[in-house]
Amino acid sequence: MPIISYREALNAALREEMQRDETVFLMGEEVGHYQGAYKVSQGLLEEFSERRVVDTPIAELGFSGVGVGAAMVGLRPVIEFMSFNFSLVAIDQIINHAAKMYQMSAGQFHIPMVFRGPSGPAVQVGAQHSQSFESYYCYVPGLKVVCPSTPADAKGLLKTAIRDDNPVVFMESELLYNSTGEVPEGEHLVPFGKAEIKRAGKEVTLIAWSKMVEVVLEAATELEALGIDAEVLDPRSLRPLDIDSMVESVKKTGRCVIVEVGWSMCGLGAEIAFQLQRECLDYLDAPVERVTSDDVPMPYAKNLEQEVMPQVKDIVAAVKHVLYLD
Amino acid sequence: MLAGAMSSRADIRIEPDTPENLEATTEEELLPLYKTMLSIRRLEEASAKAYSVGKIGGFLHLAIGQEAVCTGAVAALRPEDYITSTYREHGHIYARGVSARAILAEMWGKKTGVVKGLGGSMHMFSKEHNFLGGHGIVGGHVPIAVGAAFKAKYHGEKRVSAVFFGDGSATIGGFAEGLALAALWKLPVVFICENNQYSMGTPLYRTTAAPDITQRALAHDMDRDRFDGDDVIKVKRRIALAVERARETNRPTLIEVRTYRFRGHSMSDPGLYRTREEVAEWKKGDPLVRAKRRLIEELGVDEEKIKAIAAEVKDEIADAVRFADTSPASDSYLPYVIKE
Ligand SMILES: Cc1ncc(C[n+]2csc(CCOP(=O)(O)OP(=O)(O)O)c2C)c(N)n1
Ligand SMILES: [Mg+2]
Repeated sequence: MPIISYREALNAALREEMQRDETVFLMGEEVGHYQGAYKVSQGLLEEFSERRVVDTPIAELGFSGVGVGAAMVGLRPVIEFMSFNFSLVAIDQIINHAAKMYQMSAGQFHIPMVFRGPSGPAVQVGAQHSQSFESYYCYVPGLKVVCPSTPADAKGLLKTAIRDDNPVVFMESELLYNSTGEVPEGEHLVPFGKAEIKRAGKEVTLIAWSKMVEVVLEAATELEALGIDAEVLDPRSLRPLDIDSMVESVKKTGRCVIVEVGWSMCGLGAEIAFQLQRECLDYLDAPVERVTSDDVPMPYAKNLEQEVMPQVKDIVAAVKHVLYLD
Repeated sequence: MLAGAMSSRADIRIEPDTPENLEATTEEELLPLYKTMLSIRRLEEASAKAYSVGKIGGFLHLAIGQEAVCTGAVAALRPEDYITSTYREHGHIYARGVSARAILAEMWGKKTGVVKGLGGSMHMFSKEHNFLGGHGIVGGHVPIAVGAAFKAKYHGEKRVSAVFFGDGSATIGGFAEGLALAALWKLPVVFICENNQYSMGTPLYRTTAAPDITQRALAHDMDRDRFDGDDVIKVKRRIALAVERARETNRPTLIEVRTYRFRGHSMSDPGLYRTREEVAEWKKGDPLVRAKRRLIEELGVDEEKIKAIAAEVKDEIADAVRFADTSPASDSYLPYVIKE
């Protein structure tokens, strides 16, 4: 299997889906002539022309709405946000329009579209360019939310997202664009709602997605050196959420730490913890623990940024806590 | 055709509605339009009555007084053209061909409603009629209409997308961005601002420093037009110019039609921010009265014929009310939950 980057995997998914289906088009700022702010759309303009790789002015609300309208009448738009931070000026289209149209119209209008782009903290880009949006969008019925952590998942999940008949919020991690891994060529579809066990273990379940999977795996290696056997689970899609796999894992380990780079208050981890205690209270040997970013806008200074985000040491400490080793 | 109508630069003024300014018409053309307007009026009156006894809940926005705009505009479009509207959309969807039964049953929250009781007064859709809603967020639907036009051009279809919005939308981002993108990409959109002088209780002069809404077109080198909307034939003719321009050249147009709602913003609004005299003055331009006068005085239509139409409309709406009353309640949203 070829080893390619997360960026190249996304590019392959876009290319293959645009080749397969003429109604798929990509729209966003700098996606065409500039070849993508993060080069995810490299080469697509040359292959598919300006008709299907559409550069936009800086008008997220406007072009997201154009996507919703185009989707209502039969196209399959992929709307790229240069960063999900800018989805905030388009959030009315995502929530009030894309997510609600199907039910509001009693099933007459499907919205087969993807909103995609980098999300989560990058490196030292400051408070307005560094935050996580999983919890914002997971809250909304009518949206699907996907956060790939590997190149293979990036490709397989994006292809699934483009083929979905409903709006999908597809959040990539800027910090993962250069990461590499084996990616199947051609038809490779990863279904939504199927978690993956990244590492099998018996003593504690660690749940993480996107960039945090990497950090958690590193923590698991460190824990192993301490004689603690951790299982690592990546839900991959956050809505639908594969709670069954999490329950199964926690029933086995009896302990759970949820790691997310978002804030704690109303974070997705809180919902997962709630569902776990309801489904497997009798199996839990300790309350479910969470590791999140600190409850502040992201500071610029590198040392402070590190301090705010979940680190390997924070995860190790949380695991020790649920094992009553601290 | 008025000189200003095709120009993107001319200072467009409201033309006085003097007889010489009126577009010629025929009985064949005007009579059905009159009937549509009358049906819309009666339909909305029936819904106001139903609201007062609790058969309709939530918000109910009536467009009584504005009927010539939706009726004339829809008449200028072809069935394959797309229409997107606001929460004040009963007239638009009726003129498009959705039955009074389906519209009233929707407001009643019944299973037989046009969206099975899931949308209500503000959110009506009909795919079959290329009617893309019924939207409740001011300005949010404008880029959606631009998206429908994007698709038409994408597939090389000669299809136009018309979007209706209020004067209050002229200041919001969705409108500004939708306008900018349609102009930039040369998309076949006809933007129709129904300037009824108020956004809720706020008169236009208190919401914008540039009360000629079509001035926004100048920023995008877009064609524009601006006129009074109480003569349905005039509305149809003027909008037809923009529709044909869009269909043939993909050039969008921003149109402002001056009109007036005779009732409050919604049922809960007694309209205390405007004087009785002001309302009375505008009522002189009632589009139904004008159309009827033209039919009788100008076209020599027999008054009995008009009475017969009124009787037909009365029956149509009474039947729709009965239908809504006796239809089963909306029973389930489950079929329309997106499967995960
Ligand atoms: C974004 C947004 N802000 C506020 C409202 C509440 N609201 C509904 S209609 C309305 C007035 C709109 O006036 P206008 O655009 O002139 O349309 P009209 O009601 O006169 O037809 C307001 C403020 C809303 N629906 N959406
Ligand atoms: Mg208004």
